[in-house]
Amino acid sequence: MQKEYTVTVYTEDRIGITNRITIIFTRRGINITSLTTAETEIPGVYKFVITVMSTREKLDKVVGQIERLIEIHRAFVHEEDEVVYQELALYKIATKNLTTAGDVEKLIRENNARILTITADYFVIEKTGHQQELTDFIKKLEPYGLIEYTKSGRVAIVKWSRRFHEHLKELDKSIASY
Amino acid sequence: MQQKDVLPMKPETEADKRLAAKPVITGSEAVIRSLIAEGVDTIFGYPGGAIMPIYDALYDFQDQVHHILVRHEQGATHAAQGYARSSGKVGVAFATSGPGATNLVTGLADAYMDSTPMVCITGQVAAALLGTDAFQETDVIGITMPITKWNIQVTRQEDIPGAIAKAFYIARSGRPGPVLVDITKNAQAGTCEFEYKKCEFIRSYQPVPELNPEAVTAAAALINSAKKPYIFCGHGVLLSGAENELIQLAEKAQIPVASTLLGLSAVPVDHPLYGGLLGMHGNYAPNMLTCECDLVIAVGMRFDDRVTGDVSTFVSQAKVIHIEIDAAEIDKIIKADVAIHADAKTALEALTQLVMPARHDAWLEEFKFGHEKEYDKVQKRELYPEEGQIKMAETVRLISEKTNGEAILVTDVGQHQMIASRYYRFKNPNTNITSGGMGTMGFSVPAAMGAKMGAPEKTVVAVVGDGCFQMTLQELGTIYQSQIGVKMVILNNNFLGMVRQWQQLFFDKRYSSTEMVNPDFIQIAKGFFIPGKKVTAREDLAAAIDEMLATDGAYLLEVVVEQEDNVFPMVPAGAPVSTIRLE
Ligand SMILES: Cc1ncc(C[n+]2csc(CCOP(=O)(O)OP(=O)(O)O)c2C)c(N)n1
Repeated sequence: MQKEYTVTVYTEDRIGITNRITIIFTRRGINITSLTTAETEIPGVYKFVITVMSTREKLDKVVGQIERLIEIHRAFVHEEDEVVYQELALYKIATKNLTTAGDVEKLIRENNARILTITADYFVIEKTGHQQELTDFIKKLEPYGLIEYTKSGRVAIVKWSRRFHEHLKELDKSIASY
Repeated sequence: MQQKDVLPMKPETEADKRLAAKPVITGSEAVIRSLIAEGVDTIFGYPGGAIMPIYDALYDFQDQVHHILVRHEQGATHAAQGYARSSGKVGVAFATSGPGATNLVTGLADAYMDSTPMVCITGQVAAALLGTDAFQETDVIGITMPITKWNIQVTRQEDIPGAIAKAFYIARSGRPGPVLVDITKNAQAGTCEFEYKKCEFIRSYQPVPELNPEAVTAAAALINSAKKPYIFCGHGVLLSGAENELIQLAEKAQIPVASTLLGLSAVPVDHPLYGGLLGMHGNYAPNMLTCECDLVIAVGMRFDDRVTGDVSTFVSQAKVIHIEIDAAEIDKIIKADVAIHADAKTALEALTQLVMPARHDAWLEEFKFGHEKEYDKVQKRELYPEEGQIKMAETVRLISEKTNGEAILVTDVGQHQMIASRYYRFKNPNTNITSGGMGTMGFSVPAAMGAKMGAPEKTVVAVVGDGCFQMTLQELGTIYQSQIGVKMVILNNNFLGMVRQWQQLFFDKRYSSTEMVNPDFIQIAKGFFIPGKKVTAREDLAAAIDEMLATDGAYLLEVVVEQEDNVFPMVPAGAPVSTIRLE
């Protein structure tokens, strides 16, 4: 059944690695809905967090093909309940609407958001959460006149990832002594 | 795959003396010296502006590295493939940037599909010009990303030895494949200190998985309790050099073995347990009996759709053991009951120890019935026709008889490929070289050239269609210039035969653009100073083959064959293999 999955991929730091990973999704006609990448706690090892709409069966095969790439350590498919995740959104609103439309301060506090910057023209609100919360918040901000909205990809921690990270640290040691 | 280490060398020539020191050299010289350190003595290539410094460096090493000037870069890749497949070494090709590099694409994709170890080195515009649409700049790294096992662009000369070391390690280890190293012109020209260290470890890459003894035990239990076990032999058997181990397992438990197209020649055709060729144009019994067996032991094969037909019905009644070095192949098409993720040789050795001697006489008899049926309905009239025009199959039979099954057979793509694969009686491993996964027309002439360079002591025969021949016939120039003694047999039916067969069977005989008006092939060969003969009558065929084999050096034999001959048996594309048609 088609649903949203999180795919995590651990890679070496290598030019073109994103392309190498994404073409494997492309070949199977899977649309990537978000992609985030950053260095892990092990120097030189990067983690990609990719969200896709697909089926488990297809993704298990995709992950196998990703792992086949030389610079990939491991790749995993996660169900919704296997990861703790967040996304981050920024909302830009015209300052002139602040006084006319209602109690924005209350709205921000109730939704665990915060103001990042205020200028004479606009102010920027930040909120982290799951996709649905972030888009729901757009509706709540609408009376104030939303100028711009932008959202990050998913950042995820896998609940059972400890063993894998120990493996990575071992690798790190083995290369040091090699 | 063992590479002989060429360094250090006897300090005899100028080049040798220079190698003895640890001097400061150009990136180009570092390329050549790195290749020599990897045991490379043959390179197929074509020069051009962006790779000229490397060619210039090559000039000093002519006594150690033999460069074969091909006539088209596609030819260089197929030649490197043929070389790799016949010698067990890594094939090497050179090309310049832009058009030179893009001409490698077909051969790279072909080598990727067929797991052939190859290292291609391309020149690239200077690093400062990258991304500016400079003259003959193309993003060869981007283009070849999905069709190489690995590729890298080197922009600094000091990175050249490391990149080449990695390239060879990756190309030949694990599941082999093609690798591309793109080197910018500034890196070729700049100087650096040279030291070469072979690569033996990449922390994110585990080429040979550890054998899991539990899986082996589970597999042995399945084999020991099977009534109708059946081995599928794939290319992986040849790549890991596991032919003997496979035969030992088969003999110990008396299990019939069928081969995939690329697994051909791993088991001698006359072995009593050899059951024939699987797949769309394979043999009748081995295909039909996939529906009868209760256990499949698939070794180093990937359940290509040309083998499985309709996947939902393929071996659905049987348990499946899959021995495979590439984890991504396991459960990709067919779900394995027991997966042994390992090198074929290691896995088979371990498995054979745990397998009990057994007999499966009745099961083996079933193959015999199938063979008799196929022989009566198809093979007899194909192999021993008495009238009408010459048949492809009888030509292949004669080649097989006259080379005693010991030649390296290189085939192109089409009807002649299937006929040759069906009827050549392979005796020795690695004597079947063909384009399996890609089905690349034009493969055979350059690949045969490379195969002959890789195994000069062997007779190499290319069997090629009239259409395929015209895709890469320019390599006749290379064959002449480099005096490569390949035998080429054109089976000329004046059609793109395989496509015509499909049009006849599935498109109501509408022969859309498949008829070929052909040139005088013998005259063309003559232009390249290659002797040849055209045969149209059956009574002249045997003598012509004798003459070809007796001729020193290259030879072109054109055999005019029946125009609308068809290859049977045949499993229609995507249909269950049980629907295999004998006529
Ligand atoms: C480069 C390429 N183009 C097209 C095809 C499709 N194709 C497969 S077999 C074939 C016909 C080959 O004709 P010929 O070389 O005359 O051999 P025959 O089938 O007659 O033996 C064609 C066109 C292909 N496999 N490769």
